[in-house]
Amino acid sequence: MADGIAMLTERQPLLVGIHTGGVWVAERLHRRLGLDTPLGTLDISFYRDDFSRVGIHPEVKTSHLPVSLDGRHIILIDDVLHTGRTIRAALNEIFDFARPASVALAVLIVRDGRELPVQPDVVGVTVSLKPHEHIKLTGPNPLGIKIMERPE
Amino acid sequence: MTGDIPIDTHGRPQHFLTTEGLTAKTIGEILDTAESFISVGEREIKKVPLLRGKTIVNLFFEASTRTRTTFEIAGKRLSADIININTSVSATQKGESLLDTVRNLEAMHTDLFVIRHPLSGAADLIARFVPSHVHVVNAGDGRHAHPTQGLLDMFTIRRYKGDFSRLKVAIVGDVLHSRVARSQIHALTTLGVQEVRVIAPRSLLPTAVETLGVIAFTDMTKGLEGVDVVIMLRLQFERMNSALIPSAAEYFSLYGLTRERLAGADPQAIVMHPGPMNRGLEIASDVADGPQSAILPQVTNGIAVRMAILARLAGASGTENKTT
Repeated sequence: MADGIAMLTERQPLLVGIHTGGVWVAERLHRRLGLDTPLGTLDISFYRDDFSRVGIHPEVKTSHLPVSLDGRHIILIDDVLHTGRTIRAALNEIFDFARPASVALAVLIVRDGRELPVQPDVVGVTVSLKPHEHIKLTGPNPLGIKIMERPE
Repeated sequence: MTGDIPIDTHGRPQHFLTTEGLTAKTIGEILDTAESFISVGEREIKKVPLLRGKTIVNLFFEASTRTRTTFEIAGKRLSADIININTSVSATQKGESLLDTVRNLEAMHTDLFVIRHPLSGAADLIARFVPSHVHVVNAGDGRHAHPTQGLLDMFTIRRYKGDFSRLKVAIVGDVLHSRVARSQIHALTTLGVQEVRVIAPRSLLPTAVETLGVIAFTDMTKGLEGVDVVIMLRLQFERMNSALIPSAAEYFSLYGLTRERLAGADPQAIVMHPGPMNRGLEIASDVADGPQSAILPQVTNGIAVRMAILARLAGASGTENKTT
C-alpha cells in the first residue's frame, strides 16, 4: 500500500484519514513514507446518508484539515471499503472545505458489497465476505483486523 | 415534567423542554456534539447537510435577539429551512390561540418548533399536543426554564474550566424571575459541581431556594469568596409587579459586579451573563468588557450547542417513537 501511495507522492499530496480506522492507517502511511505534508482527518458524521434513521452519534470527532485544500492533490484514506457510502460522504465534506485538484482513494481492506460506483486507487488487501459478516480494524496499537457476524 | 416525554428507539426524548431530569451522561453527549459543531463555524463554508429538507419554525411570543438569532443560525448551518414568527399576544387569549397557531403551522409540515412564551409551561403544552414526528424545543417559558441557555452556559464553563467536580459557581441577582438560573442550577447540580451559590437580596430569591441544592447568600462579598465562575443575571423589571428593590443605584452598590468585588473570587474566575446586560445596574462595564469576561464566547457557543440539540432531536426517527 505504501508503494502504491509512494507513486502518487510526487505531486505533494495531502493525506486525509477518515475517522477512526482510516486515521490510524493514514498515520502509519504518513510515518512510513516520511512525508512532510501535514496529515488531515475527516469525521463524516455530519454528512452521513442514514442520519434520519440512526440519528447523530454523540462522539463525533473533529474534522481537521490543516491547510487549504484549494488546488491540492488529496489522498483519501480509509480502513475498509464496503458500500462506498462513507466515501460519498467524505467527498461531499471535502468539497465543503474547498476545491481540490484531485482526490485519490487508498483503502487498507477492500471487501465486496458496493452500493455506489466507488473504486479505490490503492488497495492493501481484498477480501470476500458474506453479506452478514462485518470486518473492522481495531487499534490503534497494535492494529488488528476483526471479522464479526453482524446482527441484522 | 420530563418523565412522560415520549422517547425514540435510541432512548432519546422527542422534545427538549427542561434541563431538569437530564442525566450527566446526556448533558455530556450534547456538549461533546456541540464541541464538534464549533469547528463547522470556523470553516469557509459554515454549513453541514444534516437537516436538509427539514422545516424549523421559531415561534417567539416574547422579545429576543440572541436566542432567536442563534437558533436561526444554528438551523441554517444544519441546512434546515427556518421560518421566524414573532407574535405578541394578550395574556388572556394565550391558551387557545397558541394551540391554534401551532395547529396551522403544523399543517404546513413543520418538523420542529422552537418556542419562547411568557407563560411557564407553554412549550410543554405544545409538546403534548404535536404528533410523534414533530419536535419541540423550549427557548424560554415564563419563569420556568430556558434549557438551551442552561446548556450553553455549561458548555462555556467546560471550555474554560474543564472538570466540573471542583468548581464553585455563584449565580448573582434576580434569581426569582430567572428561568435561566433554574436551568443552570439543575444542570450544575447534575454535573456534580462542588458548590452552587445564589447571591441576591431575599426579595429576589425564590422561597426555599435551598431545596434546589444551592447555598443562598445575601452578602455579595461573602458569596463571591473563592468562586470559579460568576454568573450575573439581568434584573427583570418587566416581570416584577411590585417594587422588589429600593432603587437601581442602591442595587448596584450592593449587588453590582465591580472589579473590586470580582477580586474576591478566584483569580482565574470567569464572568458570565446570559444577556441582555444592564451595564451599571447588575454589572460594571469594565468587568463586562474585561479580561475575565466570557460573555461574548457564550453567544458563539450558543450556536454550537443549539446545533447539537436540534441535530439530536431531528435525527431521531418519528415513526419509531414509543411512549414510556
